[in-house]
Amino acid sequence: MLAKRIIPCLDVRDGRVVKGVNFLNITDAGDPVENAIFYDEQGADELVFLDITASHEKRKIILDVVEKTATDVFMPLTVGGGIKTLEDIRDLLNSGCDKVSINTTAVKDPYFISKAAERFGTQCIVVAIDAKRVSDNMSEATVEDWFSDASLKEVCLDLSCSSPQWALSTHGGRKMKLINAVKWARKMEELGAGEILLTSMNRDGTKDGYDLDLTKAVSEAVSIPVIASGGVGNLEHLYEGVVYGKADAVLAASIFHYREYTIGEAKKYLSDKGVPVRL
Amino acid sequence: MIAIVDYGMGNIRSVEKGFLKIGADAQITSDPKTIEGSAGIVLPGVGAFRDCMANLGKLELIDTLIKEIQKGKPFFGICLGLQLLFSESEEFGKCMGMDIFKGKVIRFDFKDSQKLKIPHMGWNTVRFVNRPPIFEGIPDNSYFYFVHSYHVVPEDKSIIAGVTNYGMDFVPMVWKDNVFATQFHPEKSQELGLKILKNFSSFVDKA
Repeated sequence: MLAKRIIPCLDVRDGRVVKGVNFLNITDAGDPVENAIFYDEQGADELVFLDITASHEKRKIILDVVEKTATDVFMPLTVGGGIKTLEDIRDLLNSGCDKVSINTTAVKDPYFISKAAERFGTQCIVVAIDAKRVSDNMSEATVEDWFSDASLKEVCLDLSCSSPQWALSTHGGRKMKLINAVKWARKMEELGAGEILLTSMNRDGTKDGYDLDLTKAVSEAVSIPVIASGGVGNLEHLYEGVVYGKADAVLAASIFHYREYTIGEAKKYLSDKGVPVRL
Repeated sequence: MIAIVDYGMGNIRSVEKGFLKIGADAQITSDPKTIEGSAGIVLPGVGAFRDCMANLGKLELIDTLIKEIQKGKPFFGICLGLQLLFSESEEFGKCMGMDIFKGKVIRFDFKDSQKLKIPHMGWNTVRFVNRPPIFEGIPDNSYFYFVHSYHVVPEDKSIIAGVTNYGMDFVPMVWKDNVFATQFHPEKSQELGLKILKNFSSFVDKA
């Protein structure tokens, strides 16, 4: 039986692991390769590196991190953050990563996902969706405000929605687009995404648990796997993500990073409650 | 030396790193002469079946691979490297494979009510039907990492080495004489995966 995956995420900036709350207040928290090996020993099912390095010159550091990690860690590695070109993807794959997670570039150019999937295969193209609940005072923006290119309008107009429950958020939560996040997930699948990494920007860093309604809505809307992310504070939240959110995999950063729980403890917890996991 | 065939598809670095980790002599190559001179061949691959066959064809590697396999050289196919051994795939219409084994490569076809995701992605168990020598020391029902939307349906059932369940039973590995192939990725399956690479390397040394 296919196991539900437990995926620790490491936020990496300038080659160091950092962890912040709601993408702000970032604090240093160690060496990414050491952390990857630590998770490997605990039986993590996959690893995600989220590269939040801001400056372009320092972006090559992540390639070195991936290269070193892949020398010692033999499980699927995903890298997200700052991927803008097919060459960026190629460089990451050549360094030893297996999947890339694309967010902002997909929003700017949805067809980038088709090009990437065609060249590297859908199995390595993860589309990261940062979704935020829409409140009343945000409804003035329309999709045309964001897409000046006529061909993009065509793709995205049907995704616009006067009152979507969840809209897309980009640039690490700093910008919003009034695009229905659930419909966007379906569009990304259609264009060649092999997996969706879904983060609730309302929950990220809060430890209040996943946005289960969002997770369930996206997971039921697409036929590709969905990774739930954003808000895990305890092991029950992982269980909820799988059972109520219907996620195929659950991602968490701080509960593992700050050693609040081990991956092994998380798996045992899920297994005791009847969730299939790889022990 | 084990030749890891590079034909521009997928992440062969992981396979190379896996063999390096276990101390095997492995080399990435797309040169037919190097493949002919090798002691064993690994054919990895992810992506689309049709593109893989086209790339192998462009590099004039298809005949070399078939010839080496038929000569009895140890061969290990991984993921698409398994699928390419079969007669044909239904991916994008119909596409011919290397035809080492008779049979088809078909897409998972689930009923809506099953609510199963495609690709089949993640860790799943393999139950041995006929345990190949390169699976020595691997417990039955161990977990391995899969990512694929198509699976093989061999005509000759005797080559089926294991069974995995995902909505239905399918064939995750085949074995006949010198030819081993897995749908899952040993290079991504942590310790047990490396053990398989190690066993293959030993098999090559003994061959």
